Parts: sequence; C-alpha cells; structure tokens
Amino acid sequence: MEKFIYLDYAATTPVRPEVVEAMMPYFTEKFGNPSSLYTEGRNARGAIEEARDRVAASIGAESREIVFTSGGTEADNFAIKGIAYANEKKGNHIITTPIEHHAVLEPCHYLRKRGFEITYLPVDEHGMVDPADVERTITGKTVLVSVMHANNEVGTIEPLSEIGKITREKGVYLHTDAVQTFGHIPVDVNELGVDLLSISAHKLYGPKGIGALYIRRGTRMEPFMQGGSQENNRRAGTHNVAGIIGFAKAVEIAEKEMVSEAKRLAELRDYLIRGILERIEDVRLNGHPTKRLPNNVNVCLVGAEGEAILLSLDMEGISSSSGSACTSGTLDPSHVLLAMGIPAEIAHSSLRLTLGSRTTKEDIDYVLDVLPPIVKRLRAMSPLGTAWGRK
Amino acid sequence: MYSEKVMEHFRDPRNVGEIENPDGVGEVGNPTCGDMMRITIRVRDDVIEDIKFKTLGCGAAIATSSMVTELAKGMRLKEAEKISRKDIADALDGLPPQKMHCSVLAADGLREAIGDYRSKNGSES
Ligand code: FES
Repeated sequence: MEKFIYLDYAATTPVRPEVVEAMMPYFTEKFGNPSSLYTEGRNARGAIEEARDRVAASIGAESREIVFTSGGTEADNFAIKGIAYANEKKGNHIITTPIEHHAVLEPCHYLRKRGFEITYLPVDEHGMVDPADVERTITGKTVLVSVMHANNEVGTIEPLSEIGKITREKGVYLHTDAVQTFGHIPVDVNELGVDLLSISAHKLYGPKGIGALYIRRGTRMEPFMQGGSQENNRRAGTHNVAGIIGFAKAVEIAEKEMVSEAKRLAELRDYLIRGILERIEDVRLNGHPTKRLPNNVNVCLVGAEGEAILLSLDMEGISSSSGSACTSGTLDPSHVLLAMGIPAEIAHSSLRLTLGSRTTKEDIDYVLDVLPPIVKRLRAMSPLGTAWGRK
Repeated sequence: MYSEKVMEHFRDPRNVGEIENPDGVGEVGNPTCGDMMRITIRVRDDVIEDIKFKTLGCGAAIATSSMVTELAKGMRLKEAEKISRKDIADALDGLPPQKMHCSVLAADGLREAIGDYRSKNGSES
C-alpha cells in the first residue's frame, strides 16, 4: 500500500466520524433556520444554543459571550476591527507581535492605513514575548493588545496569563488567537485574563468554515456583519447549523482526550526532534525547547531549501510544511522566523512537521529513515554544499 | 501545481555536479528569493560538449536547472545563448505563474557560463 503520513495537523485536521455523524441530520431532516419561529426553527435554535453552552463551558466562558464565526480568520478580524472602531474615542493605539497569524497582522495593517498606530512587540530567539515589554508599551491611547496563545509555525506558547494581568491592571482589552491551542492544551479565558479569544473547529477534528470569538461581557465592540439580528446583533447571517453542531461535538471529544493525547504527542514530538538532531548535521530547532505545542516540530535543515524538502517528503508519502521563501506566495521567508532573528538563508531551510491523532511511532521512525537521505541529496546538489562543512 | 515533467526532473535531475577544470563557469543568485545556481561547461569547437549544474532552490529551480543542461548539451554556443526562460519553462510543460521567476536562474546561469568562456577565450562569435 502507498504510504500516506499526514504531518500537517497545524494546517488542518481530518473530521472525526462522530463529528460527521452528529452533523448529518442538520443538513437534511433538521434543516430548519434557527431564526424561524415554528417548530423546526426552534429545534435548530435549541441545538445551536446547546452547542454554544458546550463551547463556552470548555473555555470557562458564559454562553452569551460566544459568537459563532466562519472560522479563526473572521474571529481575528472581528476582534481587532470591532475593538478598534468601537473605542476610537479612547485611542488609536494597538499592540501586537510580529509573529501573529496573517489574520491578525493584516487587519492591523489595514487599520494603520486608516490612522491607527500599531506597535509590534519584540520576540526573543524562541519567538517568546516578554510581558515587561507589554507593560512598557501601553500608553493612554492603547485600546487593544493582541498576542497569540501559541504560534502556528514554531509552536511557542506565549506567557498570556502574565500579559493578562498587565492589561487588566491598565484597563486595556486583550485579544488572543487561540486557534492552535484550543482543544489541544487547556484554554481558560479567566486564567489567561483575556477579553477576546479566537478559536476554529477544523484544527481540532471539526469541520472547516466554523469558529467562534469569545467576547467578555461588557466589552465595547462594533458588530462585524450587518444584516439579521443573529448572535445578539453582533454577527449577522444565517447560522451554519451543521457546522456549529460539529464544532461542539469536536470540542466534547477534545475535552475528553486532551490530557492523554497531549502527553502522547509530546513524547512523539520529542522523539522526532531528538532523532532529527541525532541523524542530521547542521540542524536548528525553531521555537521554544519546552514551552511549545505538544505536536509541533520545526527545524531548519541548513543548506537545503524548504520547498525542495517538502516535495521530496511528499514523494515518500509524507505531508509537511515549510516557511521557506519558495513556498510562500510572497517569496519572502517566514515572517515568524525572521522576527526571531533567524537569517533569511537559514529560514529558507525550515521544515514544519505537526503531529496528530493518527500519528504513530512507526510514522516517526519512517520520517527519521527518509529525511536524512533527502537532506543529504539536496545539500549535495547545492553550490554551497561544502560551505556548510562536514560532507 | 507542478507539471509531471517538472516533478520528473526534480526527482531525477540530469547533469548534476561540477566539471573539473571547466571552460566556463556561471554563478547566479535569484534576487527574488535568494536561491543560487552554479553551472560549469566544457566547450569544443564552439559546441557545449558537457555541462553540469548545482542548485540550491525550490523544485522549479532544480527542474529548470536540469532542463537547461539537457537543452544546451551538444548545442552551438550561439544557439545555446538564445535559450530563454520561456524555452525552459515550455520544455517542462510550463511553470505555475508564481514560479516563472525561478527559471531566471537557469537561463542566466547558462548565459553567464558562456560569457565566462568567451571572455577567457577572446572569441566573440
Ligand atoms: S528559485 Fe526560489 S522560489 Fe524558485
């Protein structure tokens, strides 16, 4: 049988059969519009409210603090623009980091062109933000701080609760993009001290096209979509009923399995990292050595180019991802690696492998067998081959 | 997104390596993405008798490098010089639009190697 080893779970995950099963009736017999007053509508309404309770409880929130969105990108856009527009009277200053997902960076960029001031906090070589910098950077004009819970490329987990203490004390809203952590490690809005938090279903074995934004009660927000009165007038549009039901089911399963799965994956992750470092020379581990997502491995295989590594792995049946210039649409190496101070030539050789529910030790052993010769071959083909020393 | 031909040349690139004591050397870097290529040629009677490449770059960079050596081998310098980025891309059944710039390495590398040979041998033909 042809090998198929999927190691790009940070990009997306397969939907669990139980999730699909839970969703199915909502396409056909339970097709009612939750905004309708008759029985079918009320049934659908009841189902999405139950789902909302489940999602809210899983992050320690109240149900009415959850707004369903089309996914993480919409949640991020909603949070940033919603706060910016509703609090313009107070100020026009937003603080974020250079390693955020583009779903945060681009809205900030957009607001900058419209008169907002954006401060990017520095990160250290592991991609870690220093809470003291948050404290230093907040001014009387700051309306929002947005720092991701964990980075999607290098897996570094940020010190959110410490940042949360500072923003609370200073009376500034705090948003976090928890798309990579939710369902994988504990996420609690009160422990983190956040006012807004973005999550997405398809990163935890739920369907694509559904996510949510947590908005702490009392937060001054502009609505995101105008139209119907869904989601308390904050996000118009007919509910994605099946998606919401699937989301809640995925959350239910994730809650049950989180502790044991995180432990299992962290062991495989460390085994993979150790194996790569042992078998390949001139490797740099990207991201924090310990404060990292249980499923994230990100390395620079110096002297080989990321897209060529990715294609070679694909030929062996392994799906991976890279932050090299050649793989990005913009032809710039990963903004995350550059912000961490990694030179462009080295960022060019990055490889990300993210583990998940179907990953086994055999898979990792297979990767450890095929990766070294791939890197060796590409290095041998490079005009710099010998410049990286040691054959 | 790559054609079968590109993947085939990526999987099994032709003429990888370096000619010892070459008659001409071309070394180019891709300004767009930072990738690099080194091409070496041996010339007899104005014909490219042998050609080899080394490339650090994406799949398209490697495939175009391989293709340019295949196209140029056995060609008269005058014709080889005329091999364009488009010729290389066409020979590979096309490249995705965002990967067209990759073929610049191969085309420029070859031209530079020929130029290097000419400057060493004083020939202008
Ligand atoms: S040569 Fe760098 S992206 Fe293709």
